[in-house]
Amino acid sequence: MESENKTAPVLELKDLRKSFGENHVLDGFNLKLFKGENLVVMGKSGSGKSVMIKCLVGLIEADSGSIRIKDHDITKLGQKELDILRTEIGFLFQGSALYDSMTVRENLEFPLRRHKKKLELKGNTESLVLEALNNVGLANSIDLMPAELSGGMQRRVALARALILKPKIILYDEPTTGLDPITSKEIIQLMRTIQDTYSTSSLIITHDVDCARVISNRMILLVDGVNYAEGTYQELIASQDPKVQAFFKN
Amino acid sequence: MGRDKTIIDNTKDFFAEVGDMSYFTLRFFREVFKPPFEFKELMRQCFNMGNRSLLLVVVTGFILGLVFTLQSRPTLTEFGAESWMPSMVGISIVREIGPVIIALICAGRIGSGIGAELGSMRVTEQIDAMEVSGTNPFKYLVVTRIAATTLMLPLLIVIGDTVALLGSALIENLKGEVSYLLYFNQVFDAISYADIIPATIKSFFFGFAIGLVGCYKGYYCSKGTVGVGEASNSAVVYTSMLLFVIDFIAVFITDIFF
Repeated sequence: MESENKTAPVLELKDLRKSFGENHVLDGFNLKLFKGENLVVMGKSGSGKSVMIKCLVGLIEADSGSIRIKDHDITKLGQKELDILRTEIGFLFQGSALYDSMTVRENLEFPLRRHKKKLELKGNTESLVLEALNNVGLANSIDLMPAELSGGMQRRVALARALILKPKIILYDEPTTGLDPITSKEIIQLMRTIQDTYSTSSLIITHDVDCARVISNRMILLVDGVNYAEGTYQELIASQDPKVQAFFKN
Repeated sequence: MGRDKTIIDNTKDFFAEVGDMSYFTLRFFREVFKPPFEFKELMRQCFNMGNRSLLLVVVTGFILGLVFTLQSRPTLTEFGAESWMPSMVGISIVREIGPVIIALICAGRIGSGIGAELGSMRVTEQIDAMEVSGTNPFKYLVVTRIAATTLMLPLLIVIGDTVALLGSALIENLKGEVSYLLYFNQVFDAISYADIIPATIKSFFFGFAIGLVGCYKGYYCSKGTVGVGEASNSAVVYTSMLLFVIDFIAVFITDIFF
């Protein structure tokens, strides 16, 4: 859109709070993702990164705070409006989350069933599926079942599925977890290629420092449920704060 | 480690679960008549459940008929009432034993399968993936499965009853030298609509209960792979109990109206 510029965030979290019993996972977390940006959120395991990203798409209900995506406060949206807004967000799950009873083709067709007409996507279902698979280099695997794919291939198919509705924002939940270093690099490279091809804004949750270094424009360190530190990779690695240093030491 | 649960805690948990399941049931009825309809998935589920349970139902039904006739024969012979065998077996199987046994078998076969399938989809975030893609996983996964069990179970019960009667007829033919024609004439003379209609209505409720509990346990599964096992296991246990409760209510109502 014409009015969109670098200062207007496409996604914004304000004072987000979420507790599970006495465990305050998010305790006033703030975040702004700008158009075309790759924002990495790093944190230790169990620091609430995945909870935060799930609050963003309405999979988990936040206790308080606001979540604005493209000028919509998702905490105030009805189910129908939320479903429509979700089509503008691609989500790559930590474990790929491919539907294991469906072939690769059916996995990619699934989001199209409800939204192809509404989104006025050009081309038939077959061509859209092939286009998405070509972008991740797996057009030959179209009729395979997820169980027949390697971990890296599954992640690629999951990425293709996240891209099928041509979203403007992509959320990555630990995109390189469980992959060997070479495959991790391939996935990171793929993420960069996708951003160039689709002009997306990306929010990446990870504890993989290499991934953060290669892909991030900006980083947020999530510690004790709040933004502990924020800046570019170079700024954070130069920090003398012991808690910040703990992330980069190894 | 948490403290052991008291009876009060368990009672609270029980009522909380009853409340959740009631809400789940209401949600099913709210979604089932609302478009878009997932006919293709419904047909796939009907085929899967019907086709994959058929052999089990046929074998169980046949053995049920054989054993029931073999066990009843000596007692009826002692009272000189062998000629009542076809009508007694026919009424028992059609009204009560057939529907209950086949439903229990299907609770084990279908209910646990649904619980495990949806449970593993939940823990591997496949249900979440459906939700974030803007589709309604409840409609796609739950509504279709409950509708499929509700539609398929009466059919499986009819097949199971028929095979059980065939098994019984075989024993009567071998042991009592009763022809198949005579056997089935006596069976159909004894059975009336007052036997068939309540049993058929009951079997729809059995199917609904199997689908509902399996889906509920699987859809809200937690605690990783352990949770999947628990979902599958508790789906069978809860469904079996629920089947007996439904059966009791059905018999009670039948007693009033028929």
